[in-house]
Amino acid sequence: MTTYEIIRREDFSDVTYLLEIRHPMMAQAARPGQFVIVMLHEQGERIPLTIADFDRQQGSITLVIQAVGKTTRQMQQECHVGTALYALVGPMGIPSPISHAKKVLCVGGGLGVAPVFPQARALKEQGAYVIGVLGFRNKSLVFWDDKFADCCDELIICTDDGSMGLQGRVTDGILQAITNHPDIDEVVAIGPPIMMQGCSETTRPYKIKTMVSLNPVMVDGTGMCGGCRVKIGGQVKFACVDGPDFDGHLVDFDDLMTRLRRYTQVERKALDHWEKSCNLQKAITTRMETASPG
Amino acid sequence: MAKKKTIRSIPQERTPMREQDPAVRAKNFEEVACGYHPDDAMRESERCLMCPDQPCVSGCPVGIDIPGFIKKINEKDLRGAYDILTETSLLPAICGRVCPQENQCEGVCTVGESLEPVAIGRLERFVGDAAIQAGWANIPYIQPNHFKVGIVGSGPAGMACAADMAKAGCDVTVFEAFHQPGGVLKYGIPDFRLPNAVIDAEIGNLRKLGVKFECNTLVGRLFTLEQMVSEMGFDSVFVGVGAGYPTMLGIPGDSLNGVLSANELLTRCNLMRAKEFPSFDTPQPIGKRVAVVGAGNTAMDAMRVCLRLGAEKVACIYRRSRKEAPARAEEVHHAEQEGVEYHWLTHPIAILDDGQGNVRGMRCVRMALGEPDASGRRRPVQVPNSEFDFEADLVVYAIGTNANPIMGQTSKIALNQWGYIHTDTGLATSIAGVFAGGDIVTGAATVIEAMGAGRRAAASMKTYLGIRDSTRRFESDGDTLFGIDRREHNFARVRVA
Repeated sequence: MTTYEIIRREDFSDVTYLLEIRHPMMAQAARPGQFVIVMLHEQGERIPLTIADFDRQQGSITLVIQAVGKTTRQMQQECHVGTALYALVGPMGIPSPISHAKKVLCVGGGLGVAPVFPQARALKEQGAYVIGVLGFRNKSLVFWDDKFADCCDELIICTDDGSMGLQGRVTDGILQAITNHPDIDEVVAIGPPIMMQGCSETTRPYKIKTMVSLNPVMVDGTGMCGGCRVKIGGQVKFACVDGPDFDGHLVDFDDLMTRLRRYTQVERKALDHWEKSCNLQKAITTRMETASPG
Repeated sequence: MAKKKTIRSIPQERTPMREQDPAVRAKNFEEVACGYHPDDAMRESERCLMCPDQPCVSGCPVGIDIPGFIKKINEKDLRGAYDILTETSLLPAICGRVCPQENQCEGVCTVGESLEPVAIGRLERFVGDAAIQAGWANIPYIQPNHFKVGIVGSGPAGMACAADMAKAGCDVTVFEAFHQPGGVLKYGIPDFRLPNAVIDAEIGNLRKLGVKFECNTLVGRLFTLEQMVSEMGFDSVFVGVGAGYPTMLGIPGDSLNGVLSANELLTRCNLMRAKEFPSFDTPQPIGKRVAVVGAGNTAMDAMRVCLRLGAEKVACIYRRSRKEAPARAEEVHHAEQEGVEYHWLTHPIAILDDGQGNVRGMRCVRMALGEPDASGRRRPVQVPNSEFDFEADLVVYAIGTNANPIMGQTSKIALNQWGYIHTDTGLATSIAGVFAGGDIVTGAATVIEAMGAGRRAAASMKTYLGIRDSTRRFESDGDTLFGIDRREHNFARVRVA
């Protein structure tokens, strides 16, 4: 029985954290753009997470996670070096096609900065001129700017409040880059759906090929349930086996965003239920501590 | 000597099996059919005429010695009955529950010509359950060989192939993409038809044969079929990954919230235990008024799951009539008893939006049956001007599956025009040493057919590896050497104990 041991953890902010997990076979197999499905414990749900990095020598893969709901918050609380995940399966999805484009824009928004990294690195290794555009809400949320600095020829950091780099959204960064480099062949954009939609709309008038990585609700990740179906150019595709990368100019983002809201209410319920039991647990522990003599 | 049984001397009525009351069971996930009591089994075993020509055996896809095990039940030797069953069938507690016996063993039973056929499936289940309860496992003496066999997929086809190869002495590893083995038995068939505990017990028996299960392993992505053969040292590989890629109707509104495949609904409920949300983390979409499109066994399971999850009204929408419904008659009846409404000769043409991306209903048309098509079934044709709206807040598609594309994306294995794996009659694929069977070869079929395919592939694998196949029956003409039939493939390489 394989165990999926956590060998490194790094906290980027109070909501964003990194887990490096031992899985030598997956480290060998993983390609940029692929994802994994994780279960924290036996009663857990299966959640998809993009592989942000892999280290073939170390035999490990890296995930960057944002604590947004029950599972990711529980992982934030319980996953430490030396603990293990209950299940980790992948790499899933079709690897991003690393094109032979000469000049590429790699755009990451928030947590999307992590999954765009292996692509930026692969493109650089292929000899492309890589311009990184990273967007964060503010300076305190910035991470991996150093990693990108190593593999990008140019790096534009955008913050909503202007606390670091360019003030504005990634779309402003894209426009700046396009103005300076009219010969950009391709854009790769990963982040929240609304940001990817914005990027696609920004590049559409310039007719620059724009690839996005979609993040619909998934269950199995192997193409057997269709929970992750998305509309691409009017056709139904399953993001887990036909993607997750698609041409941003063909994606029906409104459809994607509506479907992502499907479980908002129950997600809230799961979080409340968990927080309640956490508080109960805390209360019991505190009482036991006060009750125990020394 | 006992008097010879005749059709007149046996109990005329088939022994009924106790079932939960429909009103009660529609609210719980407990098994619907409670199984035979020992007295029931005894009485039913009396009904077997022990025919010399044994049509039932030829009706069973794996050729169980049916009169043999029934005779043992009649002699109150349950262990003996289990021994006979396990000579051929690997998973009696599962097959006894899910096989469509009316088309197989029971369909050709001699008693069935004039009375109701002997309840072979119920008797098989009775023995299988007794074995689980008593913890029996028949582990044969296994002479190990040096062959390493990989099985991709732990559903019925993979389980059957794994068991045969392990018995033949191979070092068998089963790879499963989900976190639990069992395939469709686990994620698809609900607890009220096949409890997970039964599957786990049967998988436990495979482990006792030395079969290793590697879960969370997505073959095709973590490693390819080619790598298994060339780098990982597998002498032979069996692919039994199922058909799994659900079909959507392709009508307006397909992608609305509240439209989902039966596979998704069943996986959430059965495997991820969403019915126990929020103790389990996976949420379950529940509707008050559910419409299930399709009338196969999957549709029946989906409808009955929805009732148990608390839906007020569950409707089956099917474009042909009851007679053409592909589900087992018993399932159609069970669902009806529980309160499912049937809308035969009805077909959706659009899913209606509530303005916020959710389902509010379906636009349907009435159908009429026209001329028979290539499959011999009368083709449904739309009745003009018959449009009407049907209220629903959850629409489940149970209209079949296509081939999963992962194997084709990641290996050079030859596929047919529909994307299923192409094999020869011996289930060999285009890659030397790689065999395939079950739904990924034939398209969606039944559990027992998948098991049969797993066993046929195992027989071919043994031939390919040059291992003696003791499960294969040869019509002997006396031409033997050391007691082994000369026509047995590769017989000269057989280890003579």
